[in-house]
Amino acid sequence: MIVAENLQKRYENLDVLKGISLTINKGDVVCLVGPSGCGKSTFLRCLTRLEEPTGGKVFLDGEEVTEKGIDKTRAKMGMVFQHFNLFPHLTVKRTITLAPTRLHRMTRAQADERAMELLERIGLADKANVYPGSLSGGQKQRIAIARALAMDPEVLLFDEPTSALDPEMVGEVLELMKELARGGMTMVVVTHEMGFAREVANRVIFIDEGVIKVDKPPQEFFSNPENERLKAFLSKVL
Amino acid sequence: MDLAAQFEALSELARSGGELTFWQDFFVKFYQAFIDSNRWLQYLEGVGTTLIVTAAALCIGVILGSVVALVRVSHDQQRAGHKNPILGFFNLICEIYSTVIRGTPMMVQLLIMSMVVFASSRQYNFIGALSLGINSGAYVSEIIRGGLMAVDGGQMEAGRSLGLNYPTTMLLIVVPQAIKSVLPALGNEFIILLKDTSLITTIGGKELLYAAQGVMNRTYEAMFPLLGTAAIYLVLVLLFTWLLGKLERRLRQSDRR
Repeated sequence: MIVAENLQKRYENLDVLKGISLTINKGDVVCLVGPSGCGKSTFLRCLTRLEEPTGGKVFLDGEEVTEKGIDKTRAKMGMVFQHFNLFPHLTVKRTITLAPTRLHRMTRAQADERAMELLERIGLADKANVYPGSLSGGQKQRIAIARALAMDPEVLLFDEPTSALDPEMVGEVLELMKELARGGMTMVVVTHEMGFAREVANRVIFIDEGVIKVDKPPQEFFSNPENERLKAFLSKVL
Repeated sequence: MDLAAQFEALSELARSGGELTFWQDFFVKFYQAFIDSNRWLQYLEGVGTTLIVTAAALCIGVILGSVVALVRVSHDQQRAGHKNPILGFFNLICEIYSTVIRGTPMMVQLLIMSMVVFASSRQYNFIGALSLGINSGAYVSEIIRGGLMAVDGGQMEAGRSLGLNYPTTMLLIVVPQAIKSVLPALGNEFIILLKDTSLITTIGGKELLYAAQGVMNRTYEAMFPLLGTAAIYLVLVLLFTWLLGKLERRLRQSDRR
């Protein structure tokens, strides 16, 4: 369970997050939507301190997330990036086994086995020994998800996972994410894919001007928007 | 006819005031520069020393340069408000080091090392290798620093967000990618280093140019020993350029599509 308490982020003279409080329960699939520059990615990055919040607190399972114990926290919060950030000098299999073996979660043999299981699951077992340079965008993002899953995280954070993909590759990544959600994975997804939010999320959150404006189940969120800003936003994206 | 006997006959002729043809003159000078009294052995020993000094200086330079680059990059990548004072101290030392070394001539550094710092030592090759290594380290550190900073920031974020700590991510994810991109510049630095070993002649290091000068002093003939030395350096550089090219291609493996 993740709790954000009055989370704030200010760059020199720009208030990006103006105090966001949010509780994400186990099994939640939360989609964060909003106009670009509204702070949704910043919020996600503040949860794992990829950005350092300038105010407020984050708790994971009741423990405060601090700079000191950040590596342990991050091992429990998987992150998937817009631009995949795969390791170009490592093969797909090594990419997946790197963290579990380095952090002494598993032996090399166990990690290899687990990596192959994950690759089977995402349908890319035949790519185990290639380098990321030879993969398509959709394949790269699925590998990136497998890399995060290899650490058995409690929650997966997705930062616009399909925004950098060619349109025909969006489907395969969303399909994998749906499968994860059905499997009970706790997920926080920053996305512009309203269809995905409507279909998979149990909560959709609208962030605008650095604060949460709406936090509702998808049916209400999309069919009956009361907030004026949300109405304007939805009319543009739907 | 025996070359040695021919050389004796022709040099006798020259001494007694006889006229030599161009090719006879060429032969005599070439023979006395490289073959007479087994002088080629001196060049060979010189090349050996040159290579050893280069290798030693390269090791010192790369190790020193990597350490300095890592200290400076890790210092610069700390978040505002979380600066580590110990790292700050080492960063300052590193900055002073590269400023001083890059701001003074190599020749002056060499002379200071041999005549001031190690004034009582006669290990000229060692002093030479050390000075060259320290000098090279300053340039190598800038090359490596550039390479580390050129690796996409997302790589560090991806490593860190898996729970790996900063040093592990740096060593396993950032450094291997940086090495590939700095290799051409590092190869260039290596070639400069190889040629700069000739400077240690001035402090008494017995490398290739020293051997050539020895021969010059014996024969009062400068052209062949010096041109020979230049040719040997050129061959060495070509050889290493070729080897570096091979290494680069090997490291490109992961780029293949």
